Amino acid sequence: MLKKYNVICGHYGTGKTNFTINAAVNLAGQGKKVTVVDLDVVNPYFRSSDYIEQLESRGIKIICPYAANTTLDSPYLSAEIFSVFVDDRIVLFDVGGDDAGAYTLGMFSKKITDSNDYSGIFVINKYRNLIEEPSDALEIMREVETAGKVPMTAVVNNSHLCSLTDEKTVLDSLSYAQEFSRISGLPLIATTVPENIYDKLSDKVPNPYKTTVYVKLPWN
Amino acid sequence: MSERVLMKGNEALAEAAIRAGCHHFFGYPITPQTELAAYMAKRMPKIGGTYLQAESEVAAINMVQGAAAAGIRAMTSSSSPGIALKLEGISYMCGSDLPAVIINVQRGGPGLGGIQPSQADYNLATKAPGHGDAHILVLAPSSVQEMVDLVAKAFDLADTYRMPAMILADGMLGQMMEPVVLPEEGHAREIEKPWAACGHHGQRKHNIVNSLYLQASELNEIVKKRFERYAKIEETEALAENYMTEDAEYIVTAFGATARIAKAAVREARKEGIKAGLIRPVTLWPFPKADFVKAAETAKAFLSVEMSMGEMVNDVRLAVECKKPVYFYGETGGVIPTPAQVLEQIRKIAGGAE
Repeated sequence: MLKKYNVICGHYGTGKTNFTINAAVNLAGQGKKVTVVDLDVVNPYFRSSDYIEQLESRGIKIICPYAANTTLDSPYLSAEIFSVFVDDRIVLFDVGGDDAGAYTLGMFSKKITDSNDYSGIFVINKYRNLIEEPSDALEIMREVETAGKVPMTAVVNNSHLCSLTDEKTVLDSLSYAQEFSRISGLPLIATTVPENIYDKLSDKVPNPYKTTVYVKLPWN
Repeated sequence: MSERVLMKGNEALAEAAIRAGCHHFFGYPITPQTELAAYMAKRMPKIGGTYLQAESEVAAINMVQGAAAAGIRAMTSSSSPGIALKLEGISYMCGSDLPAVIINVQRGGPGLGGIQPSQADYNLATKAPGHGDAHILVLAPSSVQEMVDLVAKAFDLADTYRMPAMILADGMLGQMMEPVVLPEEGHAREIEKPWAACGHHGQRKHNIVNSLYLQASELNEIVKKRFERYAKIEETEALAENYMTEDAEYIVTAFGATARIAKAAVREARKEGIKAGLIRPVTLWPFPKADFVKAAETAKAFLSVEMSMGEMVNDVRLAVECKKPVYFYGETGGVIPTPAQVLEQIRKIAGGAE
């Protein structure tokens, strides 16, 4: 799964940021040098930049808009992003949702695809409104690819219902994910499983990926 | 019952409106409610409805006024600074007895303020939603599911009482995601609108929708009659959630997202042996006075927690008629109070009142 450049896209609200943070933390835990690039200029709340301290304390570098975490409502990116194309760190691009969020990816797409060392990870969630059918998710993936100019190469099934996620939630999503994999022609490389139910599901879910919930609400 | 889906608050407001029979939406983008308009832009063409991005907030509210005058369910949405621009239109709708739903996903103010959540439009919504003698219905959801439920209720109440209704949400609720169950499509309540200016087809007299009166006495009479309707609404439509209040000595009160935080603090206080409870107003206008009056019989003190400098706290004081002390704790400008901070306030009041 892992390449030098890993572009994480999807319909917004599928859990891209939580997956990105988990992937970064896991890689850092394996001793890898990791950079997270927050490319989300669409969503003002719940984005990788909100987790700077948690990431940096684990040696993960995060590149986010200079004014992220302020109330400046201005869509621009940091020039520091270009550093990822000259260093040797593994890069996770946390891209904004839908085609609107993926446009920012377009300006880096050539560098990424020319490297021949990238993965385009499309995150899906069966329970997410408007992509409850695999064909709806595929339509969004095509829009994302057109906007971001980076073809997707793999699928991560991140189907969940926030705090209501239980074993059934995950198991019921498998056929959806497999169907999406079939119609998109992309391999299903992982199904995320929250850590509290991981032991019960690890042998029932193909390619299970243990996740911690980092993206939380203030009262949780 | 349909299945649970995961939705962002802003999307849930939009979908709930469509399912409540609102097929005409007029908006103008502003963070943190833009997803609502974006969702409408995607969905309305698919159901043969109208999505129109107006040239300004003022234009959007006036389009809603026109649609409402024709008797159809219409909605607009914005966030605090944009809502302030809509007040002229809202007042005209109050004066014309027109129902519509206005969504306010509040952000910090005054001025451009910030894009983080706030509740500092409480006074605007409940006390002065425009010029003149007028009220609008104000509903305050505190979860994404309740956003869905209250949008349908807002349309029904607005049509029933012929007045605008506002959903007073905040940026946290608008942006966060939770599982929701949506109502089935095609089951919206239809309320007769014999007053609508939708074409008389030679079958009846003209219906006139208007807020201008040339005789002072006539306007005097109409406003007084309207206030009789308001009084009836205050009597029958006030709604609050009472959480652990039966034996509570210390009543925390909060609405919207802040109520979720306050509830977490109340649970923690109980673990420490402090008898705390929560009154969460669901309707802000009409304000659920009765719940406070009842609680004041046994409670030692009240604490209003808000994302503002203290607005609802005054209605709490009025409701309990100063029989018990009413304290306030708030953060503003987009800062969200934490459960730990609220717990600290509860401890302080409980310790001080012993």
